[in-house]
Amino acid sequence: MKKIMFLIMIAGLLMAFTSCSKSEEAASTPAAPEQTAADDPYAEVRGKVVTMAGPFTDNDAIKFEQSIKSFEEETGIDIQYEGSKEFEASISIRVEGGNPPDIVDFPQPGLLETFAGKGYVIDLNKVLDMDKVRSNYIQSWLDMATMDSPDGPIMAGVWGRVNGKSLVWYNKKAFDEAGYEVPETWEELVELQNTILADGDSPWAVGIESGAATGWPATDWVEEMMLRTTSLENYDRWVAGELKFDSPEVRKAIQTMADIWFADGMVHGGRRSIATTSFGDAPKVMFEDPPKAWLHKQGNFITSFFPDNLTAGEDYDFFYLPSVDPQYGRPVLVAGDIYAMFDDRPEVRMVMQYFATGASVEGWVRAGGAISPHKDSDLSWYSNIVDRKVAEVIQNATSVRFDGSDLMPGAVGAGSFWKEMTAYVSGSKSLDAALKAIDASWPN
Amino acid sequence: MLEDLKPSWRYVALTVLLALTAFILFGGFLLLQNLQNAKVLMTFFAVVWGLGSVALLYFVLNQIAQSMPRRIRSVAVALVFAGPAVAFLLWALVLPTLRSLALSFMDAAGRDFVFFKNYKFAFTDPIMLESFRNNLLWIVFGTSACVTLGLVISVLADKSRFEKVIKSLIFMPMAISFVGAGVIWKFIYAYKGEGVNVAEIGLLNAIVTAFGGEPQAWLLVPFWNNFFLIVIMVWLQTGYAMVIISAAIKGIPESINEAARVDGAGPVRIFFNITIPSIMPTIVTVTTTILIFSLKLFDIVRVMTGGNYGTNVIANEFYLQQFTYNNSGRASAIAIILLVVIVPVLIYNLKQFRARSVLK
Repeated sequence: MKKIMFLIMIAGLLMAFTSCSKSEEAASTPAAPEQTAADDPYAEVRGKVVTMAGPFTDNDAIKFEQSIKSFEEETGIDIQYEGSKEFEASISIRVEGGNPPDIVDFPQPGLLETFAGKGYVIDLNKVLDMDKVRSNYIQSWLDMATMDSPDGPIMAGVWGRVNGKSLVWYNKKAFDEAGYEVPETWEELVELQNTILADGDSPWAVGIESGAATGWPATDWVEEMMLRTTSLENYDRWVAGELKFDSPEVRKAIQTMADIWFADGMVHGGRRSIATTSFGDAPKVMFEDPPKAWLHKQGNFITSFFPDNLTAGEDYDFFYLPSVDPQYGRPVLVAGDIYAMFDDRPEVRMVMQYFATGASVEGWVRAGGAISPHKDSDLSWYSNIVDRKVAEVIQNATSVRFDGSDLMPGAVGAGSFWKEMTAYVSGSKSLDAALKAIDASWPN
Repeated sequence: MLEDLKPSWRYVALTVLLALTAFILFGGFLLLQNLQNAKVLMTFFAVVWGLGSVALLYFVLNQIAQSMPRRIRSVAVALVFAGPAVAFLLWALVLPTLRSLALSFMDAAGRDFVFFKNYKFAFTDPIMLESFRNNLLWIVFGTSACVTLGLVISVLADKSRFEKVIKSLIFMPMAISFVGAGVIWKFIYAYKGEGVNVAEIGLLNAIVTAFGGEPQAWLLVPFWNNFFLIVIMVWLQTGYAMVIISAAIKGIPESINEAARVDGAGPVRIFFNITIPSIMPTIVTVTTTILIFSLKLFDIVRVMTGGNYGTNVIANEFYLQQFTYNNSGRASAIAIILLVVIVPVLIYNLKQFRARSVLK
């Protein structure tokens, strides 16, 4: 009997505790609106958390945090960005598992398109002030953000940072000292390669290792060559899956790349080292003393991976990868991050609206390594000459095309295209076998 | 403790207790939902309430079971204590398996029925065939190397002066995660290329060049790169095999060895005719455990090569299909195949384990 009493007492205490904290809860709830000052437009969202996931790590993550800091301070919204090198894989787990972050930062619109097609993505036409968004981008960016969903076409995201990819980086000081000249045409580039070879060095630094994403820099090269050796129509058909990989056009593009990559002494470390060198480490050999390689083709984000104490425009610079065949003009390959919304709350809307303004990347643009696609951004933000030149290259392009592998279905663009190119480059597969395997992997 | 009460009172007390437990369970849940903003308080409360209420629930249910008529009492008690675990197993293990089975007959998005198309893919696609072959390599060479090395080391080190030191050294890699081991071995296999201005930093290439050889891109060497990866698992898992086998060897009564020696048997004879037969059940258990391990091997391949250069394995291909290619049909088919292959080994393993427990 005593024991029962004891139990009942415990239960009673627990109940008291429960109701006590409940009443506290009740008391504190009405208190919140009282704190609202009339002049604080962000009272509703102050202290709220917006979660994000994306591929920014290391330097990229720091620069992103810096550029959104002022927004966070002004509105009181806490944007928690979770960057992962395994982003492509992990985001599918979270979205399919019904546990997506509020905003996802996709470097590959193709992956976003898959989610939009399954109906996971919120249509921004319905939740944002679209007049502001529309007036802040040129049409081609808006077109690239419009995707199919089960309810028809939706505005699936807004573009944040963009990259120009058709750039060849070089160690400016050593380059000038050696008396090399920036090539304007393909012939001049070939001549420069031969000069460097004759001087006993390797012209190119290439690396395609990137953990689970190994192979993507190779697909960039193929895309560059596609834009330079065949028509834009063919490029678009290729990206859409209408032009096969096993076609004369694609073969010609890959051959143009292979002529550089596999030639004796042309790439630092030789063919097999391309597959074992990380894309971020590859350019570093250009800045050793003396430089071990001279040229490196990569998007403008790569400056984040350069050694720390270098000054843009003085220690390093870039030139536009010349067109191979003049009849195809001056095409520029671009890429970018598109932010998509997976949960509709007032604070998430506010962050999304903010991402559609130049202010959201201003800090990053100033810190270097990002180009703003927004119309309301200012050229004076570009603190270094290199970034301004990248922005100019994109403006001067006769045509702009988005990174093709990012637009292809995930099974190809983040799968077989990467893997088969890696197999081909490392020498474990013939070009024939690799191309056939990519074609076979294209989802019906 | 409720047995002292009159039956009628007992039922009343039980009902009250039951209602109270339900109230605490549900109330605590509601409270937790409202505590989102106070993380420390929430954590504290969750631990206290979580443990306390489950203990209370078991206590009350046990009281109820005890008050049942004698005939069904034992069944009721078993149900109370094993029931929740079984229910949880059904929900977290059996249901997902059935769902995977269903999905394996569906298309990539899990909408349309495609019959055996995914299984046809799994058994004909070149990458899948390569993965099956590689898993076979892992099973045969990885498992046998782990067990043989573990056995040899524990026998040789047994009663030696340095036994503790040797065993500690061999066992140490067990403390390293597979991903961490991958990073370590990446440095061992590092390859920087050939030609002008190249300096190798990899340990293996340093050894090879010290003996006058050519540096190799170890992870790119077709077929043999699988063995370079298998070595990593052997390095990690030999310690496990060694510890278990060593314990079994020490369990062999000294009198048997003594008798063998008196009969004139040498160390080799003792090893094959006494030691191995005596610890056979242990060897089988260790072997099947590592075998299952190599069947679902994923981390090493993912970290070291990402499945490129002909080193793909089934688990990695499953992961790629599900999470990179968004093809839940093919991924589920691969998962089901993996399950079908593993289950017999698992059952055999359990049987052996049970037999061993009975012996002791």
